[in-house]
Amino acid sequence: MQKFFVLISGLLFGAGLTISGMVNPAKILNFLDVSGQFDATLVFVMGAGLIVTTFGYQLIFKRGRPFFDTQFHLPTTSIIDAKLIGGAALFGMGWGLSGFCPGPALASLVFGYQQSFIFVAAMIAGTVLVRLIPQSTRLD
Amino acid sequence: MTITEFTPYSGAIGGGLIGLAAVILMASAGRIMGATGIFRGLLTTQFDEAFRWRLVFIVGLLIGTAWTGLFTGAAHNISFVSNTYMIVIGGVLVGAGTTLGNGCTSGHGICGISRFSMRSILATCVFMLVAIITVFIVRHIMGIA
Repeated sequence: MQKFFVLISGLLFGAGLTISGMVNPAKILNFLDVSGQFDATLVFVMGAGLIVTTFGYQLIFKRGRPFFDTQFHLPTTSIIDAKLIGGAALFGMGWGLSGFCPGPALASLVFGYQQSFIFVAAMIAGTVLVRLIPQSTRLD
Repeated sequence: MTITEFTPYSGAIGGGLIGLAAVILMASAGRIMGATGIFRGLLTTQFDEAFRWRLVFIVGLLIGTAWTGLFTGAAHNISFVSNTYMIVIGGVLVGAGTTLGNGCTSGHGICGISRFSMRSILATCVFMLVAIITVFIVRHIMGIA
């Protein structure tokens, strides 16, 4: 039963990314281009997403546990360090260069554009690269 | 430079669906809907429970996108402004950055902020700001794309 709802969640995430136009890198780049071809759509996407999630989470957390698991799996760390900030900055740079973030990039694979596959392959490379760095020499 | 149409209504509807997806994942499996963490969990050789729910989610994501794309014509509404170098460098930076920073637009931007996580609020401000600066430099200083 849990998997059924996970599947529904994935379906809705894909539908939401597609309907909102977030799978289109040009739209993202124009949102980020505040002094040029500004397209404010992303403000409405995030705004609506945040309203639904904030209220929805409140209801679920009040219940104490999820329906098909014994507990919530939430991040436990609250440390603000160079790894968090540096990582977010690198991500911002990549997002600004390509117009792709992980969710829409993966989703866009189904449309079969070569660029989507190149991006996802590069994203895997970046992920693996960070994992290869020994824990002790990382920024944290 | 490609001009895109400002679409607040479909943006808000799509955003609402993304929110609903996040709520359903938390309500059913108690999991954060972060594309970074979910995707990273697939880059493994251990096909355990942690792998399986993520795989189911990604399959749903792909089907949902393809299915909605049929009705909205989204496939024809995609334009790549960046050249191949920018796509490759961008991809590596996104992969490395989201792994180090433990999240992206969905995990930090939607789910984290909704939980009032200070880490996520800060991370979102940083990646938004850096992305805006990056686009400014690329478009208005270097004059590319």
